[in-house]
Amino acid sequence: MILVYDGTFEGFLTVVFECYSRKLEPTNICSEKNLQEILFIGKEYITTVTSHSDRVWKGLQQKLSKELNQLPYSAFLSGEMDVLMVRKAARRVMKEAMRMLEFIRFQRTLDDIYFAPISPDYDVMPMTLKHLKERFSDQLWLVYDLKRDYGFFYNLKSVEEVTLNEKSFNTSNGAVPLNLLQEEEAVYQTMWKGYCQNITIRERLNPKLQKQHMPKRYWKFLPEKR
Amino acid sequence: MNETVQEKLNILADAAKYDVSCASSGNNRGNTNGGIGNTLNCGICHSFTDDGRCVSLLKVLMTNHCIYDCAYCINRRTNDRPRATLTVEELVDLTIGFYRRNYIEGLFLSSGVIKNPDHTMERMMLVAKKLRIEERYNGYIHLKAIPGASPELINEAGIYADRLSVNIEIPSNPELKRLAPDKSYKDIYGPMNLIKDNILVNKEERQKFRHTPTFAPAGQSTQLIVGATPESDRQILSLASDLYSGQRMKRVYYSGYLPVNEYDQRLPALKTPPLVRENRLYQSDWLMRFYRFTADEILTSDQPFLDLEIDPKLAYALRNPQLFPINVNTDSYHMILRVPGIGVQSAQRIIEARKFRKLTTQNLTKIGVVMKRAKYFIISNELPSSVFDLPSETLRRQILLSEKPKSKSQPDTQLKLFSFGEVIQLPAPVSSPNKILTA
Repeated sequence: MILVYDGTFEGFLTVVFECYSRKLEPTNICSEKNLQEILFIGKEYITTVTSHSDRVWKGLQQKLSKELNQLPYSAFLSGEMDVLMVRKAARRVMKEAMRMLEFIRFQRTLDDIYFAPISPDYDVMPMTLKHLKERFSDQLWLVYDLKRDYGFFYNLKSVEEVTLNEKSFNTSNGAVPLNLLQEEEAVYQTMWKGYCQNITIRERLNPKLQKQHMPKRYWKFLPEKR
Repeated sequence: MNETVQEKLNILADAAKYDVSCASSGNNRGNTNGGIGNTLNCGICHSFTDDGRCVSLLKVLMTNHCIYDCAYCINRRTNDRPRATLTVEELVDLTIGFYRRNYIEGLFLSSGVIKNPDHTMERMMLVAKKLRIEERYNGYIHLKAIPGASPELINEAGIYADRLSVNIEIPSNPELKRLAPDKSYKDIYGPMNLIKDNILVNKEERQKFRHTPTFAPAGQSTQLIVGATPESDRQILSLASDLYSGQRMKRVYYSGYLPVNEYDQRLPALKTPPLVRENRLYQSDWLMRFYRFTADEILTSDQPFLDLEIDPKLAYALRNPQLFPINVNTDSYHMILRVPGIGVQSAQRIIEARKFRKLTTQNLTKIGVVMKRAKYFIISNELPSSVFDLPSETLRRQILLSEKPKSKSQPDTQLKLFSFGEVIQLPAPVSSPNKILTA
């Protein structure tokens, strides 16, 4: 499939946004004026949406250092920006979102909320909500992005964006004081840690592979690795 | 939940670790109103143990007591080890407690055989039943079917489970009988055939009646232990191939033999598990499942063992020089898939992209082809063709040398000595996308 945009930088960023959110893998991205009709290949016109392009731009800015933050724009202007770049960027964001589904860990608090702190590299939390809502539909939960200081709370009906002014947890690793957690919480965490240790085959240790699949930056949130 | 449950869990996780399967894939089960959990077709890993393996499921034995005395099994009756049994309730609570915290995708329950196969199978089935009905749990359940259990119990287990499996363990019947006098292929293929037939019948019924409950919708799998007995790789792959076609297995797992019962004279003394061989078998398995290779193409009767130095796809290419080079701009998808250095995704992209233009080396690199390897086997729009005249043995040596991993014992300078023979890579495009985003 070919994605066609209006030729502006905003339009291009909107295409990036669409690729993330709809998991598109276009074979090419083309501005209207460069489009050549090719038989058998579907094409889709992407209308520029400023709020979408803004989000992508903001995300890029968070990732880039001061000297480099205009680079995507200049690359775009230079015409070097191509489908491969978008594909790679999209893949990285998808991967991070996937890792949220893998590595967020809920702790059950005294007020019966399952709380998961996390600090993803990209602002991917919104991409995980559908999954979490479907899966944990009968429990109250709160996922909180420590890096961006906002989160999402599920109240058994809907998911709402929240920012907590006063935090009863550690803002760097999300640890909750024991007296605010259910009694069973420590037991489950210990059991899980013991489980992970005992399921390991000592004759086959491979810490490099482990870190490759589960980068160390997530470890502070994982009971089995604390 | 108390300390004893924790101790039991530690013992029974340790006892279950030799089962390599941990897949939670193969089924999309939605959550129900007021229920908990769902399953995703792709499966999710939730952790990785220190040996680098994915933890997707709570993989645990119901009990490690066993009436059998199989030579290759850590839980054999005559071993003096700590033993434990988890109750149905304890297993249900553990599964739900772990699931709600996003530790796991579900439960993989196996077991030693206590009293008799029926008694064991019934308790395992009850765990799944209680999870589904009382806890309204819709996450993943993988149950082991116990050979010798009654068809009724296995049928009921399949209604609650996503996947059922029976492990073959030893890749030939005479060797199995030698190491496990209480077992035979007949006992193992019994439940396996039953599960296969049930899955087929269930699929048909569900086409007619939409509300028929599913039966093991994620299919069945099995495991073969490699290196405990003298079977050749060719024998193992041909067995696996039969299991995929005849038994419609979703997965066959290969487990490099770990000397768990060193004292048993019937087993070979191995210093380390045959990990490379295991890896080569998995690669061959992939070739059969995704690259349209047959077992006979991977290993021939005069070469019954896999080459440990090079992967089976490269070995095939070197053995069959008459098939290469492949022209990426004109040859079929099927042939492009056979090129070392081109994966399924790259092959698909080549087919898509060549509709637009004649593909060059640079295009291929961008598509994701590993040119370092593929260059010996393909023609693109501009590649020199001299490399194709190399004899297989020379080519093999050249590839091995050029891909040797850099290690401490092998200083860089030495590697450089060998790299002069390589085709010079074209320079990368000016604004490499990687650099932009990772800067």
